Amino acid sequence: MNYSQILEVASCTDPGMVRSHNEDSIASDPANGLVVLADGMGGYNAGEVASGMATTVITTEIQQLLTKVQPFQIDEETKEPVAGRMIRDQVLKANTSIYQAAQSQPQYAGMGTTLVVCLFYDNKMTVGHLGDSRLYMLRDGKFSQVTRDHSLLQEQIDSGIITAEQAKHAQHKNLVTKALGIDPAVEPEIRDYSTKPGDVYLLCSDGLCDMVDDEDMGMTLQALGGNLKLAAQQLVQMANDNGGKDNVSVILVRVLREYPAPRGVMGKVFAWLK
Amino acid sequence: MAKLILSMDGLVLKEIPLSKERTTIGRKAHNDIQIDNLAVSGEHAVIVTILNDSFMEDLGSTNGTLVNGNPVKKHFLQNNDVIELGKYKLKFIQEAGAQPAAAAADFEKTMVLRPSAMKAAAEQAKAAGGTGAAAAQAQRQAALQAVGTAAQAAGISEKPAAPVHAAAPAPAAAPAPAPAAAPAVAAVKQPLGAIQLLSGGNAGKELELAKPLTTLGKPGVQVAVLTRRPQGYFITHVEGAQRPTVNGQPIASAPHALKDHDLVEIAGIKMEFFLKS
Repeated sequence: MNYSQILEVASCTDPGMVRSHNEDSIASDPANGLVVLADGMGGYNAGEVASGMATTVITTEIQQLLTKVQPFQIDEETKEPVAGRMIRDQVLKANTSIYQAAQSQPQYAGMGTTLVVCLFYDNKMTVGHLGDSRLYMLRDGKFSQVTRDHSLLQEQIDSGIITAEQAKHAQHKNLVTKALGIDPAVEPEIRDYSTKPGDVYLLCSDGLCDMVDDEDMGMTLQALGGNLKLAAQQLVQMANDNGGKDNVSVILVRVLREYPAPRGVMGKVFAWLK
Repeated sequence: MAKLILSMDGLVLKEIPLSKERTTIGRKAHNDIQIDNLAVSGEHAVIVTILNDSFMEDLGSTNGTLVNGNPVKKHFLQNNDVIELGKYKLKFIQEAGAQPAAAAADFEKTMVLRPSAMKAAAEQAKAAGGTGAAAAQAQRQAALQAVGTAAQAAGISEKPAAPVHAAAPAPAAAPAPAPAAAPAVAAVKQPLGAIQLLSGGNAGKELELAKPLTTLGKPGVQVAVLTRRPQGYFITHVEGAQRPTVNGQPIASAPHALKDHDLVEIAGIKMEFFLKS
C-alpha cells in the first residue's frame, strides 16, 4: 500500500541561533507512512552521529521489512499488529549500533539520542519514543501533546513535586531519563493511536517546545494548516525568533483521508486497483 | 560565549568566538587565529577557555604579548581586556550577563540521567533518614530532587554534554552557582502594527496585529499570513493561485517585510498596513 496520496508530510530542521552544529536528524518516507525524528547528544559531533545512525538504521530496516510484511498483519506470537514489534526491534537494533560505536570509538563515547518514530497504517499509527522529543496532534481545532517525555522534569510533575507551570521555569529541563544508545539495553515506549482524516501530527525536538509555547504552536498549525511546508518553516522561525538556543526540527504529517487496511478478497482487489 | 575582536590601527578585521577549549594565535596557517605579520611568532599565544573563564598564555614568542599595555606570560582575561601582538589588537569581550547565561547555555544541552545515578541518590536519601512505611514514596521524591541538584552540580563542574554519571551530590566539590532560570528572551519592544480595510464590506475597519500570526483572506481562494517578528511584520503567501500584492506588486514566495503605510491586497480586498506608535 502506498501512503503518499494519503499522508502529506513536510519537515524543516535548523541549527538554531546559538549552536554551530545541527545534532538533530530527521527522516520521512511518506510512501511507507514512516517518519522519524532524533535529537542527538554527546560532545563534538558525536550527537550528529548518534541521531544520524538512529534515523538511518530505523528507516532502512523498516523499509526493508515492509517489503515482506504489512504492518497491520497479526503477529503470531503477540497476537497484535506487527507494527509495534517492528518498531521495537528496529529501535533496539539502532540502540545496539549506537552503543557499540560509542564503546569502540573514544570520540563517540557517551553519545546518545532521543527518538520519536511514527508508522501509519490501517487508520491508525504506532508511535515509538524515547527521551524528550515530542509528538503533538491537532484534531478538530484542538492541539494536544501525545507523547510524555522521559525526563526528570516529567517525573517530577507526575509525582507532584512541581506543577506544570513551575516546570516552564525549571532549570533541569535537559535531563532525560531514557535515550537511545546510552546503555546496552533500552525499552522504548510504544503505543497505538487511531487517526482521523484532517489530523495534523507534529514531531519536534526540544529546541521547538522549549522555545515556543504549546499555544503558539497550535495557533500556527491552525492558521497555516493549508500549507504544511510553510507551517514547518514558521515554527522553526518562531523558535529562532525566541532565541533559538538549541537545534530545532519539525516534521508535520497530515492525514488526508481514510486508509483502512485491505482485508479479504475484495480488499485485496481494491489494494491491487490502487 | 566570549569572543575576541581582531583589529589593526582601529580597523576591525574579524570577530572570533572562543568556542574551543584552546584557541591558538600565531603567524603559521595551522593556528585558529592566523595573523600573517612578521612581528607575530609562528606559535605566538594560546587562549584556554574553561567554561566561562578564559586564560591567555604567551607561548614564548619573540616579541612578546601585551595585555592592557603590560607584557604578560599568563593572564586571566577579563571583559574588555586588550591583547596586543605587534600592531594587532585583540579585544576580549565577555558578553553582557554572559556569566550565568553561558552557564545556563552549557547546562541546557540535553543529558541522560542514568538509573545508576537515580539509585545512588535514593540510597543517599535513605541514609539521610527516610524510614517507615511512607518512606518509599518520599524516597523516590527525594531522589528526584537530589538527582536534580547533583546533576546540576555535575553539569556545571564536568565538561558540558557529558552524560551525567553523578554518583551522589557533592556540594563541596562544586560550589554550584545558582544559574538564574533563564527565561526565553526579554520581550522585544516593538511597535504594534495594524491594518485598516480600504474596500469590501468591512471598509474602514481596523485590525490590530497583536498575535504572532494573523491569517487573512478566503480559505480555498487566497490566504496570506501576517507574522509579527522581532524584526517587524512580514506577509507570506499561504494558499491560492494568486499571490497577495504589496503596493501593486505580487509578493514572492519568501516572506515579504511590511513597511509603514504599505498597501496590501488579499483576495480582492485592499488594506493599508501601518504601525501604531
